[in-house]
Formats: sequence, C-alpha cells, structure tokens
Amino acid sequence: MMNLSYNQIVLSVLICGPLAAAAVMCFIKREDLLRWWTLAVTFALGVFSLPLYFRFDLATPDFQFKETLSWIPAFKIQYAVGVDGISLLLVLLTTLMMPLCVLASWRYIQTRVREFMICLLVMETAMIGVFCALDLILFFCFWEAMLIPMALLIGIWGGPRKIYASLKFFIYTMSGSVFLLVAIVALYLKVGSFSIPEMMGQSFSHDFQFWIFLAFFISFAIKVPMFPFHTWLPAAHVEAPTAGSVLLASVLLKMGTYGFLRFSLPMAPYATQLFTPFILWLSVVAIVYGGFTALGQTDLKKLVAYSSVAHMGFATFGIFALNKAGLEGAMLVMINHGITTGALFLVVGIIYERLHSRDLAQAAGMGKVMPIFALFAGVFALSSLAFPGTNSFIGEFLVMSGGFSAILSGSAAVSQILIVCLVPGVILAAAYMLRMLQKLAYGGTRNPDHSLLRDLGFREVAMLVPLLVFVLWIGLNPSPFTRVMHASVEHLLEQTHQPAAAYAIAK
Amino acid sequence: MMMDWTARNLWLIPVLPLLAAGLSALARRRHRRFSAGLAIGSMAVALLLACAAFATAVRHSGTELSRQVVNFRWFELGDGWVRLGWVLDPLTAMMLVMVCLVGLLIFIYSVGYMAHDENFGRFFCFLSLFASAMLGLVIANSLLLFFICWEVVGLTSYLLIGFWYHKPSAAAAAKKAFITTRIGDLAFLIGIVWLYGQAGTLLFYDAGQGCLDKPALAGLATQITSLGVVVPTAIALLIFCGAVGKSGQLPLHVWLPDAMEGPTPVSALIHAATMVAAGVFLVARVYPLMALTPAGSHSGAAALVVIAWVGALTAVFAASIAVAQTDIKRILAYSTVSQLGFMMLGLGVGGVAVGMFHLITHAFFKALLFMGAGSVIHGCHEEQDVRRMGGLRKFMPVTFATYAIGMMALSGVPIFFSGFWSKDEILHAAHAWSMSRWPFYLGVLGALMTAFYMTRQMCFVFFGKCRLALRQTPASEQGSVALPGIPAPEHPQVEHPAEPHESPALMTMPLAVLAFFTVTLGFLGTPAWPWVQSFLEGEHTALNVAGLWRPGVLLVMLISTVVAFTGIGLGYWLYGRDPLDLQQTDVLERRWPNLFTLLRRKYYVDEIYEWTFVGLNAWWATACDWLDRWVWEGAVELIAALVVGIGWVDRVLDEQVVNRWFDETCRSLSTSGGLLSRFQDGRVQKYLRVLGLALVVLVLLLIWGCRAS
Repeated sequence: MMNLSYNQIVLSVLICGPLAAAAVMCFIKREDLLRWWTLAVTFALGVFSLPLYFRFDLATPDFQFKETLSWIPAFKIQYAVGVDGISLLLVLLTTLMMPLCVLASWRYIQTRVREFMICLLVMETAMIGVFCALDLILFFCFWEAMLIPMALLIGIWGGPRKIYASLKFFIYTMSGSVFLLVAIVALYLKVGSFSIPEMMGQSFSHDFQFWIFLAFFISFAIKVPMFPFHTWLPAAHVEAPTAGSVLLASVLLKMGTYGFLRFSLPMAPYATQLFTPFILWLSVVAIVYGGFTALGQTDLKKLVAYSSVAHMGFATFGIFALNKAGLEGAMLVMINHGITTGALFLVVGIIYERLHSRDLAQAAGMGKVMPIFALFAGVFALSSLAFPGTNSFIGEFLVMSGGFSAILSGSAAVSQILIVCLVPGVILAAAYMLRMLQKLAYGGTRNPDHSLLRDLGFREVAMLVPLLVFVLWIGLNPSPFTRVMHASVEHLLEQTHQPAAAYAIAK
Repeated sequence: MMMDWTARNLWLIPVLPLLAAGLSALARRRHRRFSAGLAIGSMAVALLLACAAFATAVRHSGTELSRQVVNFRWFELGDGWVRLGWVLDPLTAMMLVMVCLVGLLIFIYSVGYMAHDENFGRFFCFLSLFASAMLGLVIANSLLLFFICWEVVGLTSYLLIGFWYHKPSAAAAAKKAFITTRIGDLAFLIGIVWLYGQAGTLLFYDAGQGCLDKPALAGLATQITSLGVVVPTAIALLIFCGAVGKSGQLPLHVWLPDAMEGPTPVSALIHAATMVAAGVFLVARVYPLMALTPAGSHSGAAALVVIAWVGALTAVFAASIAVAQTDIKRILAYSTVSQLGFMMLGLGVGGVAVGMFHLITHAFFKALLFMGAGSVIHGCHEEQDVRRMGGLRKFMPVTFATYAIGMMALSGVPIFFSGFWSKDEILHAAHAWSMSRWPFYLGVLGALMTAFYMTRQMCFVFFGKCRLALRQTPASEQGSVALPGIPAPEHPQVEHPAEPHESPALMTMPLAVLAFFTVTLGFLGTPAWPWVQSFLEGEHTALNVAGLWRPGVLLVMLISTVVAFTGIGLGYWLYGRDPLDLQQTDVLERRWPNLFTLLRRKYYVDEIYEWTFVGLNAWWATACDWLDRWVWEGAVELIAALVVGIGWVDRVLDEQVVNRWFDETCRSLSTSGGLLSRFQDGRVQKYLRVLGLALVVLVLLLIWGCRAS
C-alpha cells in the first residue's frame, strides 16, 4: 500500500513541492533562514526523488509513476504526468542540481534573497514539470513558465548587461515557442486530444509530418541551442548569476534535445528521416564551430558556454544517428553535459566570487594557492574533453560508435565525411580545455597576485563533490545509467523506423 | 583448461601502484618517506608478481595455455555488452617484467634525484599513477581498456612534463605533448570505433571470438571500403596513427624532445623506456590485424609497409637532428625518436619479435643513458649544455663507466652489448625484406649517425678539459651561447660553480643494475640462440652456433659492425682529439654552416607547424569568434532592429493614421458633447425655461397628433 501511494504521488510532489515551499517563504523574514529553508526543501526533494530510480521498472517502455486528472474536460486537457526511460534521468538530474545551485548562491546572492530563492523553486517546478508532462498543454505551460523565473534570474541578479541578456533570452526562446504552440494546435486538430502518449506512433500524412517537424525543430533547435540559433546562450550565460548559468546549462539546454526525443522522433518519423542529414550536418558544424569559438575566448563563462554548444552538438548527432548506441549515447551526453558543464560553471562561479572577474588572464595561476580547487577544476576539465575514465568519454564513445554503425548499416544519412568532420571537434575540446586548465592551475610567468585567496571552503567542496562522484561513476561504471534507457530507447526506435520501412516499401 | 593463479590475479599488478598513488595523494606534503616508500614498495611487489607471470608464461610457452585471458562485462551497448579483460601471454609477460624492473630502478633513483624538491610526494604520486596505467595497458585484453590506460598514461606524462610548471617552457611542453599525442589518439579512437562496428567486439582474444582471433580476422579481410582500401588495413592505419603520436614518429615527433623539460627520471621512465614504447607495443599487440592481407592477395600487408617506411624515415630523420644538438637530454630525446623508428621498422619488416626485442633492450640502455645524463646534470649543478661540461670521467667514474656501456649499446658495438644484437636483428630483417631495399639503407645510415652522435656527446661530456668553471659569465655571454629553442638550465641561479661531483649511491646503484642488463640481455636474442624470438612466437629454441655463420646473417653483422666503428671513429676524430672550447663553433658547423643550422633547428619542423597548424588554428578560432560576434549575433541584432523598426513605423502609423481618425472622431464627439453640455450648466431657471419650452412643444405635438387622427 505504501509503495503504491509513493508511486502515485511522487511526481506531483516533485512538481508542486517547490511551489508550496516558495509560498511558505513569503512568511520567512531572516535571510539566513530563507537560504536554509530552500536548501532543505531542494535537498529533501532530491532525496525524495531517489526511489524513482529504484522503483523504476526496467522492462517496460511505458510511462511509469503516472497520475492523470481531468483539467479542462471540454478540450480534453488533462493534468497527466509520468516518466519513462528518457525522462527519468533528466528528472533526477534536475533534483540533483537544485541543492547545488542553492549552495552556489549562498554568498553570491546578497540582495533580494527571498525573491531569488522563490525564482529557483519556481524554476524547479517548471523544469520537472516539463520532463514529466504527458499532456501537450500542460507541457507547454511548464515550458513557458520556465522562461519567467529564468529571465528574472538573469535580469535582476545578473551582470552589467543583464537587461539586454534577459530580454534576448526571453524573446529568442519565446519566439521559438510560438512554433511549438502552432504545432500543438495542429496536432490537437488532427488527433482530437492533447495526450502525448496518444500522439506517439500515429501515422500522420507526410505533409503534415513535414510541417510539424519543422515547427518542432525551430522551437527545439533554439532551446538546444543548435548552430546557428545559439547566440542567446553566451549572452545569457555571461550575465546570469552562477546558479542561473548552472541551471541553464544543466537542465534548460536538455529541454531541446528532450523535445526531439519526445516529440519529433516518435510523432514525425518520416520527416525525421527526411531532415536527418541536414541536422547531422548542423550538429557537426556546432561541434567544430563551438570548439573553435571556445578556443578564441578569454571570458571563462563564454568559453564554457561555447563548449556547451559543441557538447550539445554531440547530443543531437547521437539522436539523429537513429540507432540504439547513438540514442543512448546522446542521452548519456545530455546527462554528462549537465553534470560536467554544471560543475564547470560552479568552478567559474567560485573564481568570480574571489576575483570579481571572469577573465582568464586575471585568474591565471590560481591553482598554485588553491590546490583543492585545481584538483576539482582539473577533473571537470578532463571530463569536458572526454578523457577516458570520465563520464563524457562513455557518452561520446557511444555517439561515435552509433555514427559508425549507421554508416555500416548503410544509412545514407550518415556519410563518412561527417565522421571525419566530427573528429577535429574532439581535439579542439582538448585544446581549449587544456588552455583554460593550464592558465588556471599554473598560469604564465607573471601571474596576478593570488596569495590572499583562500582555498575552497566546506560549502564549495560540498557542492562539487557530488558532481565529481558522478563524473567518475558514469565514467567507470555506466551500466546503472544506461540500463534505465534500454526499453524506452528500443520502443522509440521502433516508432521511428517502422513507418520509414513502410515508406521505403511503398516507394 | 585450468587457469593459473598468476593469470587470474594479473589485475593486481596495475592496481598496486594505483593504490600507492591514491594513498600518497592523501598524504601530507611533509610525509616524503611515506610516499616514496609506498611507491617503491608497490613497484617491488608488482615486479615479483610480474616475474611470477613471466615464469608462468615461460612454463606454458608453446602450449595452448600460453595465452590466458580473463574477460568481464563492463556496460551494455546497443545489443551487446562492452567487455574488458586482461591477457597473459609472452608479449605481456615480457613487457610486464621490463616495465616493473625499469620502473622500480627509476623510482629508487628518483629518491636521490628529487631529494631537494618540495613536491616530492606529489612526484611519487604521479609516478605511481603512471606505472599503474602503463601496466594496465600492458595487460589489457581489450582495445578499449588499452585506450583508456593509454590516455591516462598520456595524462600523467602531461602532469610530469609540467611538473616544474613554474618554468613556462615546461608548461608549454606539457600542453604540446598532450595535444600532439591526442591528434594521433583521435585517429586511434576512430579506428577503435570502426573496428567495433565491424567486428562487434574490442576484446583481443576471447575464445575464438575476439577481434584478433582468426575467425574475426578472416571476416574482416573480405571487406573493402569505398576508397578501395581493405577495411582491416584502414583500421590498422588509424590505430597506427595513435602509435605515431605516442611513439614520436614522423610527423608527430615534435613533442618528445620538448618533453625533456620534465625531471630527468621522468624522461628516463616515460619518455625513453616505457610510455613512448607503448606505441610500438600497440603495433605488436594488434600485429595480426596489421599483418592482415586482403583475401586472395599475395602482396605484403599494406599497413606493415607504411609502418616500415615511417619507422625507417623517422630513424634517419631524428638521428640527423641529434647530430647537431647540444643539450644532453635533447640529444638523447632525438636518439629515442630515432630508436623508436628502428623498432617500427623492425615491426614492419620483421614482425613482433624483431621490434619487441629492440624495445626491451632499448628500454634498458636508454633508461641507463637518461639516468646517467641525470647524474651528470646533478653532478654539474643543473648544467645541461654538453659544451659546458667536459672531462667528467675523472669526477664521476661510476657514471662514466655505466654511461659508456649504454653508449656502446646504443651505438651497436658488437658482441658484448645488447643494442648490437637487437639492432642487427632489425637490419637483418630489413635486408631480407622483399618490398624494397631502401629501408635497409636508411637503417644503416641511421645506425652510422647514432654511433657518431653518441661519440660526439661522450667526447663533449666526459673527455677533454672540464669547462664547467667557465660558465656563468655575464648574461650577455650566455645569451650569445645559448641556442634558440634550447631552454635555460633547470635552476639558473647557481652562482658559484663548484667542482662536479659523483652522485650518491642511491643514484649510481640503479645505473649499475641497468648496465648489467644492458650487457646481458643481448645474449637472449642472438642468431645463435634466439630465445626471445621463439618465446614470443611460441616455439622451442636450441643453441645453434652455426646460426651466426649463415651468409645473410654474417653479412649484416659485418656491415653493422663496420658502421658502428666508423661512426665512433668519425666522432672521435672530429671531437675527441681536440676538445672544443666554449666559444668555438662546432666542427661540422665550420664545414657546412647551412646544413648544420638546418639540423640544429630540427629542420624547422616546429616553426613550420607554428606557422601552419597553430597559426591556422588560432586564426580560425578568431574567425569563428568574429563570425559569432558579428555575423550570427549581427543577424539576430538585425532581426531585433528590424522588429524595433517595424514597431517604430507602427507607432508612427498608429499615432498619425489610425489614431488620427480615432482622435478626429473623438474630437468631433467631444465638440458635440461640449455643445450638448451647454444644456446642462446647472441653472434652474434655464432648466425650467427649457422644461417649459419642452412642455409647450410636447403639448403642441400631442394636439397636432390628436388633430391628425
């Protein structure tokens, strides 16, 4: 009985919990208490979300922990939530990152603490909501709701050009959402319902698929962001406070790729095959271009932001390799990017708190006086350049081997040239990450004087250690993480390939 | 099939140093003895285990138990499992003993060499980590595990080259090493992924299912890529790229000489004996794949041809550069590159045994030479320029004797030195190669230059007058002498040069041990008793002195003897008779100044790379940044501006056109309202008046109505 009730309410608790906690905060006055309260809530939610993993049924691709309530019966709009192998890890990633974000803002945020913490909690609600929603309207509500606290985070607690960055972020992603809304309405008119599971595996006409794929694509490509829709990202990252950057990188960017997996592939399989070569090329361009641009940066946050563009290129590449290794690799890259890039932004935040600058030259040689910091920065930088033994290596290895099996299986979309073009991206990652690491850890001959800096405190170690654990855990033993994906990925592939085969026969 | 205890527990060998590294990472900085003791202890136990493994391999040599594998599952990928494992076969066993033994000796030596370093503990932590990864690489039975260890080895190399990171040159060299080798590793990784796609497994041996087992190879040999190359050849060449990067072959050799910025024990262990040889070991490990020929073809394996040529060219190229260097460690570094070329040549033309034999002997005598060089540097107060040394044989007798043994082994002095036998083996195989005779000629030329530059170095360092006292004159003088591209000595602040002195026993003892092996190892692989070769190939061997007198063998032996003595004689004639003074130009430079400068500047390869790849890369990065800033950002800004512009136009339109109509209407409305409001000004009399008037009108209307009806 106890099990049953946990399974039934867990997602709703995760979604509503932060919101309720935010409401409580209106009655808390002391800033310290506010911080502790948020930390406690996010931590409790993190712990509460853990059984999701352990009670997850690995055998079925169905949505689990489902809960369905009627919302607006006239239009068959429901409050329906559930997770499958695709969204499970993303939900857990969100609940993992939240307490770390609170810790990262502990000292950094000194003004309007209450509002900041409320924003964070509302973000959590919206993010978990997006990953759990099984109804298009619900999904869209959360999708849009996410923008507001994020824009506020950037706009109020951001850097010097915060208003510009905040507006740009809001309007850019919002204009993408418009297309999403159009697609949702079109789907409703076709299917007569907003239920996501119902729409998957439907065989829509090719024309219809073409248009909804395009609409989805614009919306998700902006969110990922894919080249050339990425320019909002550096601006937003640079201006956002640490917690904002971390959430942006760890969770928000995953929404785009999640959208591809949840909507584009299963709902428009024919169009997916049609667009695949194009998207693969865009991914490769993103990887190489992002890498080169990262190499040219002196602003640490920009550097990490452009590396994000490159990493997400791996994720989209893996998704559109359209085979098991590619998809699982892509999903692992998503998780890995969340962990590693999140950690790198935390590292940059730590630097900024000490130097009040994100300039690489200013930070040169910090590692000499801060050995613990250097150790963490080193491991995360290695992870970012996909060093074997760290998480990213497994992800990128899977994506590459997915690409290769696509070539070998005769998929016309993946050409050998593509793989060859993919390669420089990996060297580039080594180049820009080592450049950053070496500057940070060793510096040059004449470093700024850092002798007064203190090494990481307990709070900072506490927020980096969990990420470090996952970097090595996924790197050395990825099975527990890939295991949950198998059933859902196989199901997704069936949905994607079946109509294509039918199409090929018809042709 | 009963597996031996040693084979089942082979994993202990890499794990022990790993534990040592982990524990010493946790130790405090002042616990120096703890770190060193831990590292040396773990290596000693690893050496014992390695010897046990070696004994097992020898016992089973030639039987079906000669290759024992243990595989386990790692994670699920696609429809199968990615599996890892370890293997004990003659190749592994031989390599294990070499790495453990050389490693242990260098660890001991480091205690003396690094005695004054403040980061002593960290040094041993890194060294242990390196040893662990290197040993893991040796026992790996999976290309993936191999690659992981391979990368960790590269990482520790990076950390150790940059160990004295306060020197900018060391930090730069570390980065250069990492990135250059990673370029090769990338091709390697693609090869791995491709192989995985083709063979469905990355295990080397797996009861007939592994990618080096015969069935899988037979399957691979039938496939042809779109470029017309057989798939296994393409994969093999990609894998070879990794070896090119790690083993400093052309054109990726540039990092290895720079890596000499690291502490000398590191140069000896990582950049001479073990890590750089890992590339050669890799080729030896996947040799069945390299040697695969297309089904039905009778020509040689294309991959091996490439390997042989790359090796031969590298051997001569690097040896010629070494002729013109003046930094004691750089001469040895180029010598290493050259010798690695010889090993590759041996693998390409002769097979696993030929290349591996030279790898093993080279590991010992090159480690000996590097540690001897370290002892010299130590004794000369961190001086590295050979022109400022001289006459050291009187001051450092042990170092001199052992160094001379190493030098003679490297030069290929016959009979008593291992280098002679192993190099001879390579030349012999090259001589017998059916494809081309050129690699043989190149090899002979390389051998000649090797003997020459080693003699030159010996003359500079150990003979003649001691020039050490002449140094440390004003900076201007030093500037004029110091060559571009050659870094300043490790601790340039030494003010008053004392007499050179012999190093402590902690450093000379390992030298003596290595010297012992340098001499004896050669007898394990002579043509009369080719034990190493038959051990690796799983055959039995018997003493057969007549093997020495076979015509081909004897001819090559004679040639290499003549070559070695010619080189040594030439070197002594040019440099030994009349020791150079500090200000004098090199003998060769006087004769051929242009050629000498070309060699001294290493054929300008670094400069070329700087101009082309590095420059292009930087330019392209800037271009991308610019593109992002102005083009993509510009496009977004343009759209934004457009939207704002439309907004402005709309506003004007709204205010002037749409709104005017509205305003006009409103205005007319208000005017009429104003007119109407006159009726409501609150004056009662007026109201009454109006009321009265209205009443009158109403009455009139009613009357009119009544009248009408």
